[in-house]
Amino acid sequence: MVKKMISVVTPFKYSMGLQTGEVEGLEVRRGTVLVKRGFAHMLKHGVVMDVTNVEQAQIAEEAGAVAIMVLDKLPYDVRQAGGVARTASLKTIEEIMDHVTIPVMAKCRIGHTYEARVLEAIGVDMIDESEVLTPTDEERHIWKWDFTTPFVAGARDLGEALRRIEEGASMIRTKGEPGTGNVAEAVRHLRIVNNEIRRIKAIYESGDQQELIKAARELKVSYELVVETARLGRLPVVNFAAGGIATPADAALMMTLGADGVFVGSGIFKSEDPLERARAIVLATAFYDNPTKVAEAQEMVNEKKSMMGFDLKTLELKMQERGTA
Amino acid sequence: MKTPVIGVLALQGDVEEHIAMTKLAFKEMGVDGHVRQVKSAEEVNAIHGLIITGGESTVIGRLSSVNQTLQAIKQRIQDGMPVLGTCAGLIMLAKKVYDRVLGETKQSTLGVMDIVVERNAFGRQRESFETELEIPKIGEKKFKAVFIRAPVIREIGPEVEVMAKLGNKIVAVQQHNMIGTAFHPELTEDTRIHQLLINKVMNVYKL
Repeated sequence: MVKKMISVVTPFKYSMGLQTGEVEGLEVRRGTVLVKRGFAHMLKHGVVMDVTNVEQAQIAEEAGAVAIMVLDKLPYDVRQAGGVARTASLKTIEEIMDHVTIPVMAKCRIGHTYEARVLEAIGVDMIDESEVLTPTDEERHIWKWDFTTPFVAGARDLGEALRRIEEGASMIRTKGEPGTGNVAEAVRHLRIVNNEIRRIKAIYESGDQQELIKAARELKVSYELVVETARLGRLPVVNFAAGGIATPADAALMMTLGADGVFVGSGIFKSEDPLERARAIVLATAFYDNPTKVAEAQEMVNEKKSMMGFDLKTLELKMQERGTA
Repeated sequence: MKTPVIGVLALQGDVEEHIAMTKLAFKEMGVDGHVRQVKSAEEVNAIHGLIITGGESTVIGRLSSVNQTLQAIKQRIQDGMPVLGTCAGLIMLAKKVYDRVLGETKQSTLGVMDIVVERNAFGRQRESFETELEIPKIGEKKFKAVFIRAPVIREIGPEVEVMAKLGNKIVAVQQHNMIGTAFHPELTEDTRIHQLLINKVMNVYKL
């Protein structure tokens, strides 16, 4: 059988986010699972870049970013500044939307439904419910089915990923450890997700339903979603790598491990060669299966200009430990 | 008899979705065909038909300008190789492109199809939609069309045939060996648009 590449299985088909309307006299449906997840599918093999202003947004677009993510501060600066990190100024986001043609995403705090509502109201293309900002609800994430705008959310393991999908996320990214310039945690998270999928796929193929229910209980998600994931042998939504990617080789490594694309946070605009680095990371992501091309990309950047980064052992704030419920 | 080989331009976008759909189309047609990813000029020169994916046209344009891939594709299309472009792929085929909000963009395209395309014509992602579209050329059954930050075709040249309209907006066209859609047939289970491409390939190369 030929496997369908986009999955639309969900127990919550009739949500508030679903809207009917009219375009040119024809009835249309907005905010459907297909339209929301489909948007994420269009980003595949691409690089989403963190930016904080119009100038950086234009550099990112010029360099070949597939979308940009607007923040008030880059994750590295969030660490340095401390205090409460909130969603970016709406004026800044709107100004950026008026200056680039590629999709514009923005982050909101975990569980902060109203930050998400205002981001939807001004028309951002995707909302990231992100651990980089200070969480507002330790118990619950946003019920993302209530939105017409699609969401992306971070995960460290399969349970977190599937719980976010069950809440309505249309795309998953690894959490990694944001703002560190260290790709090690992103590698670990992607491997964990892949290994856990392999495990439930093996159970599914063995036909042992009791063991599959047990797995669903351990992952704290519905049986239906576990079956769909096991059947597909991958997450039912697009899965990007994020958190600590700083060089073209980092991006290519994540693609080799099975990421559908990458997010680069502080790695570009905390380096001293942002335009060249952004271009090089785009190139390495697209041609990850060709070491000669990745080497060309890697030659475009100077390691002396890479962001300094942090050693994970001495890190006081672990952003990845936020929003794991 | 030779086997038809369809290439999917695999620089950015929903590559795997197009590969799966093309395989399904071959299967439904009972044709023994191959589908593969192409990234370089060399690979473009070894196929019978090409699909340009959905994704971001600015990115696909930039990446295909590297190592002469764009020029190779242009040459092959001008020599008669059938091609299907969906969404960003349609933009890549267009002679002229502008953005609804920002106006003329300086992105690189193939410029082979005699059409003017407006990018993001329906607005941002929250305005994206799915609907049932009439496409008489591929049969009576309506086509589930998914429009994601979709473009529309604003002007067409004399050689261009309109395949589908959404009210007054042109959303699918063909011009000899070229097919372009503003929507994403690869996100559905309906292979009729992909079959149209395969049929063109079989005709052109007498397979």
